[in-house]
Amino acid sequence: MTVDLKTIAIEPKRQTFGHIARRFGADRPATRYEEATLDVQATANFHYKPLWEPEYWHYDVRKTQIVMQDWYSLRDPRQLYYATYNIGRAGWNGACERNFALAEKRNLLGGLDPALRGRIERFLLPLRHAHWGANMNMSEACQRGYGTAVTAPCIFSAGDHLGMAQIVSRIGLLLDGQTGHSLDRAKESWMTDPAWQGVRRLVEDSFVERDWFRLLVEQTLAINSVVFGLIYDRADAAWDSAATTVSLLTEFMADWRDDEGRWVDAVISGAAAESEANKQLISRWAARAIDRAAAAARPLAAALLGDEAAAEAAANDARTRATRLGVTLDA
Amino acid sequence: MAQFASLTLQQTDAARPIIEAIIADNPGVRVLNMPGAVKLDCDGKLTVNRASVEQRIGRTWDPQEIHLVLISMAGNLDEDDDHFTIAWRH
Amino acid sequence: MSARKLGLKQRYALMTRGLDWETTYQPMEEVYPYDRFEGIKIRDWSEWEDPFRLTMDSYWKFQAEKERKLYAVLDSFAQSNGQTGISDPRYINAIKLFITGVSPLEYQAHRGFAFTGRHLRGVGPRVAAQMQSLDELRHAQTQIHTISHYNKFFNGMAEWPHMHDRVWYLSVPKSFFDDARTAGPFEFMIAIGFAFEYVLTNLLFVPFMSGAAYNGDLATVTFGFSAQSDESRHMTLGIEVIKFLLEQHPDNLPIVQKWVDKWFWRGHRVLGLVAMMMDYMLPKKVMSWKEAWEIYFTEAGGALFQDLARYGLRPPKYADVATAEAEHISHQNWCTFYQYTHAAAFHTWLPTAQEMDWLSEKYPNTFDKYYRPRYEMWAQMEKDGHRFYNMALPQLCTTCQIPMVYTEPGDPTTIAFRQSMYKNERYHFCSDGCKDIFDAEPEKFAQSWLPVHQIFQGNCGGATVPDVLDWYKLKVGEDNLDFGQSPDRKTWDEWQASKSRLAG
Repeated sequence: MTVDLKTIAIEPKRQTFGHIARRFGADRPATRYEEATLDVQATANFHYKPLWEPEYWHYDVRKTQIVMQDWYSLRDPRQLYYATYNIGRAGWNGACERNFALAEKRNLLGGLDPALRGRIERFLLPLRHAHWGANMNMSEACQRGYGTAVTAPCIFSAGDHLGMAQIVSRIGLLLDGQTGHSLDRAKESWMTDPAWQGVRRLVEDSFVERDWFRLLVEQTLAINSVVFGLIYDRADAAWDSAATTVSLLTEFMADWRDDEGRWVDAVISGAAAESEANKQLISRWAARAIDRAAAAARPLAAALLGDEAAAEAAANDARTRATRLGVTLDA
Repeated sequence: MAQFASLTLQQTDAARPIIEAIIADNPGVRVLNMPGAVKLDCDGKLTVNRASVEQRIGRTWDPQEIHLVLISMAGNLDEDDDHFTIAWRH
Repeated sequence: MSARKLGLKQRYALMTRGLDWETTYQPMEEVYPYDRFEGIKIRDWSEWEDPFRLTMDSYWKFQAEKERKLYAVLDSFAQSNGQTGISDPRYINAIKLFITGVSPLEYQAHRGFAFTGRHLRGVGPRVAAQMQSLDELRHAQTQIHTISHYNKFFNGMAEWPHMHDRVWYLSVPKSFFDDARTAGPFEFMIAIGFAFEYVLTNLLFVPFMSGAAYNGDLATVTFGFSAQSDESRHMTLGIEVIKFLLEQHPDNLPIVQKWVDKWFWRGHRVLGLVAMMMDYMLPKKVMSWKEAWEIYFTEAGGALFQDLARYGLRPPKYADVATAEAEHISHQNWCTFYQYTHAAAFHTWLPTAQEMDWLSEKYPNTFDKYYRPRYEMWAQMEKDGHRFYNMALPQLCTTCQIPMVYTEPGDPTTIAFRQSMYKNERYHFCSDGCKDIFDAEPEKFAQSWLPVHQIFQGNCGGATVPDVLDWYKLKVGEDNLDFGQSPDRKTWDEWQASKSRLAG
C-alpha cells in the first residue's frame, strides 16, 4: 500500500486560542488581526496601585465615563496589527519620498515669491506642532485607554502624527534651503501669532483632559476635522501657485485622514450605539469640542483666507460626520 | 577588566558583508559563532564603515540598515552617515 | 538654488527638536503631572543625546522590511508543518512558558513606553520611548502569531492571557512588570529601559533564541532575532537614560542607584525561568545558563558598570550573590516545577543520563553534588511507581512571588528565609535582595496578589487543587504532568510513525 503525503495525520487540535474561540466558535480559524488584538491586555489580579495615580489600576475601565460591556467590540475595520500598519505606512511613504524628490529636483518650492513663502511658513508649517500635540494625545489614549482593540490603533496614530510632523518639517527645509530657519519662524507663529493662539489653546487644553475617551473624541472628531481639515483641505486658494505642490507633498496626510477616519468612525459610533448614556456623553463632548475647535479656527481662517467661512465649513464637516456616527449635536 | 565593545549580528546573507567589513576594519576582533548568530567583540571600540560595506555589496548602503540584522550590542552607540560605531568611554 | 545635503544628526535634530513647546494656556505641571514626584531633577532636557536617530519614514521602511521577512518565514513554517521538524517535542514546553510568561510582558512594555512616551517632559526621550512602545507591541504580536501555529497542535498555550492573570508561577513575571508599570516614569525607564533591556534581556534573546535555531524552530528564532534587532535601539535608549539622569544632577545618583539595585535583583529572579528553559527545556544545548551569565552579565555588564563608575554609580547590590546563584538557579527551579508538575501548564521530565552528563560538565561545582542525586532518587521513585508530587501549597516570597525554594548564599542545602514586619503583619522573602526591596517600599509590596494566599482566601475558584486548575482553565491530563504520558507526546509519536511509514 502506498501512503502519500496527504495521509499523514497532521490535523490541528484547535483552530485558535481559547479566548478567540469563546468569541467566535471553536471551529473558526482566527485572523492575524484577531489573534494580535483580542483580549491581549491583562484584565485581572493586578498587584500594585500606580504610585502616580493610586485611585485606579494601571488598566482600569473607570478612566473614562464611557461604559462598554466588552471593550473589544470596538474593533478596527482596517484590521491593523503592527506588520500591516508598518507595511501600509511604508507604502504611503514611498509615494511621499518620490514626491519630495520631484519637488526637490524641479525646485518646486524654491522660486516662490516671498509673500507666498511667508504664508506657507506662517500657516502650514505650524501644523508640525499641532501634529505633535495630536501625537501626545494619541499616546495618552494608548496608555490610559482600555483594551488592545482601541489602544493599539492609538499608538499607530501617534506614530502617524509624528511622521506627519516630520513631513511638514521637510516642507520647511525645502522652503528655507535646509537651514531650519523656517521652522524657527513657524514655531514663533505657533507661540505668538494671534491667528494661531486659539488653536494652541485648544491643543493645550486637550493635554489636561483626563477622560481618555473624551480626549479621543476631542482629538479625532474636533481637532483633526476642524484644524487639519481647514489647513489641508480648505486652504488651496491661499497657497496660490504652490497649491499643487503643497497638495503633492501632503498626499500622505490625505491618505492618513481617510484611513484613520474609518477607524475613528467605527470606535465612536460603536461606543455611542452601546447605550443611551454613552450616546449622550459623546454627543455632549463632540458638540462642545467641535464648537470650541470652530471658534479656535476662525481667526486662523480669517488671517489665512480673508474670512472665517472655511473654519465654519470645516466645523460643519465635523458636525455632519458626528451626526452620521449616531451622535446628536443639538441637545 | 577589559571592556569589550560588542555587536551581535544574524547569520544571514544580508549580514555577511557587514560581518566581513567589521573583521577587516577592526584588528583584533574576536568572533563567537552561535547557531543563527555571530558575536563580534573588540577591545574598547568597534566600527562598521559605510565604505567598507558598500565595497562588498556593490551598492550604496545606509549604516542604519544595520538595524535589519543587528541582534545585540554592548557599548555606547555613535551613528552617523559614514559609520556605525560602538565604544566605551567616548 | 540647490539644497545642501544635511547630515544624519542635523537632519534628525531638525525633524524632532523644537516640535514641543512650553505650554502657556495650561501650566506645564498639569500637562506633565507625573515627572516630579520621584525626586529626579532635570536641569535641561535639551541636553538629552538622542540614542539613535530614526525618523518615522525610516522607521516604517525598516520595520516593514523586517515584518515582510518575518511573516514570509512564519507562512512557510506553517505551510510546511515546520512543527514536525523540531529536534525534540519537549522543546515545545519552552514555547509554552514563552507565550504565557513573556509575551504578556512585551505587551506591558508597549503600554508602559506609551506612558513615558507621553509623560516625560523632553521631546527626545519621548520620541524614543514612543518608538519603543510601537516595537514592544510588535514583539507581543509577532510572538502571538508565531506561537499561534504551535497552539494548533500542542496543549498549554491556548489560554495564555487568562493564565497570565491567574496561574501561580505566572504571577512572577506579571508582578515584575506590574511593579514597573505602577512606578513613576523615570523608574520605569531605569527598570525596563536600562536594567531589563540593557543588562538582562540579552540573556533571554540571544542564547535562548540561538537555542531555538539549534532545535529546529525556525519560526521562533526568526521572531526572536527580528525582535532583537529592535532591542539594540532599546539598549541605546536604556543607557542614554541612565547617563542623562546621572549627568543632570548629583541628587539623582542615590535614587538611580536604588532603582538599579532593585531592578537588577527583580530581573535576576524573573530570569531564573529562562535559566531553567536553557538548561533543561532546550533538548539541544547552545550554552549553559552559567556560561550565558558570564558572557552577558559578568563580561558585558562589567564593562557597562565600569563605564558608569565615573558618575559614582556602582554595580548592582547583590550582583555577587546573583553570580553565585547562577550555579544553582536553573536546577532549583526545574526541581520545583518537577514537584508541582500537576499545577503547571507545561510538561516536565527528568533529565536523561546524557543530559545529566552535560549538566555535570557545565556545573562541575554543583550538579553532581547537589542535584544529580535528587534526580536519581526521583527516577528511582518513578520506576517504583511512586512518582514524587508535592501536594502542599508553597510559601511564596512576597517580593518576587517565587516559592521559597532558594538556598542560603554559600550553603546550598539550607533554604533561605527572610522576614519583615509591616503594620503588625509578617512578610516572608526568599533572599536579602527581595527583603531589601520590600523594606524600601513596604506600602507597595504589601499589596502583592500572592497566588497561594489568594487560593487560601477562596479567590481562585475553590478550595481543592482541581477547583483551582479549573479556574486557571488548565486542562488536567492535557496541559499538565510529565511529558512522557502527555497527549503532546502521543501526537508527536504519531507524526514520527507516519514519517517512517512514508520513508519505508
